[in-house]
Amino acid sequence: MSDSLVFHFDVDGDNFTSAGQASTQVKKNLRQLGLSPAIIRRVSIAMYEGEINMVIHANGGTADVVVTEEYIEIVLRDSGPGIKNVEEAMQEGFSTATDSIRSLGFGAGMGLPNMKRYTDSMKIDTVVGEGTTITMRVNLN
Amino acid sequence: MKISMIRDLLDAEVLCCEESLDNDVYSACGSDMMSDVLAYVKDQAVLLTGLVNPQVIRTAEMMDMVCIVFVRSKRPSEAMISMAEDDGIVMMATEKRMYDACGTLYINGLIGAKAVHV
Repeated sequence: MSDSLVFHFDVDGDNFTSAGQASTQVKKNLRQLGLSPAIIRRVSIAMYEGEINMVIHANGGTADVVVTEEYIEIVLRDSGPGIKNVEEAMQEGFSTATDSIRSLGFGAGMGLPNMKRYTDSMKIDTVVGEGTTITMRVNLN
Repeated sequence: MKISMIRDLLDAEVLCCEESLDNDVYSACGSDMMSDVLAYVKDQAVLLTGLVNPQVIRTAEMMDMVCIVFVRSKRPSEAMISMAEDDGIVMMATEKRMYDACGTLYINGLIGAKAVHV
């Protein structure tokens, strides 16, 4: 694997049923590359949580995954409402999700903390009213 | 514990992937909140839940789980069964409630996974 591989996905914000399809595809792609199951699981869980967040809070967006020899980078971009208080949003249990979202099994305030937990680095760029970009990396070595 | 024993202990109906009933599993978790499943447990093979939507299967897939048990007589849609079939995940449904189902499996040797963060 000498060159970087790039996967791009559009995440549909109108369809909760299809949320997670991009993460599922990335997991399959990483398996084909022969990466370790532990790495694949960390990447796919972090991306899956991010994908769910985009659908719940931001009416979808895009996901780009770059695989290099050193790391896997996941960039999630949306044009949603932005995050008013990132520090607060990073606390386990904090959520602005509605009861209807909770009834679907999400919105427990674990999404962002889980994304941070499963990656080696996570950066949140957010502007209220404009959108959010989250960049996560999982190191391969 | 073999997956077939889970079926027997819970008097459950197998909905797909019967060919995998002879596989062994060593731990399980029970939750209706998928983010909690994704956060607090790892290396568990069985998910017991009363939640019925496609994200249950996606969560199990992300966690490399091999069996989903729907409690309280919940029934997944045909589309969900098809998804699980594609992923090779055994799905079954039991009339037992969550507490009873988890307790039954636990006392018969299927422990919970350690709450270990990666």
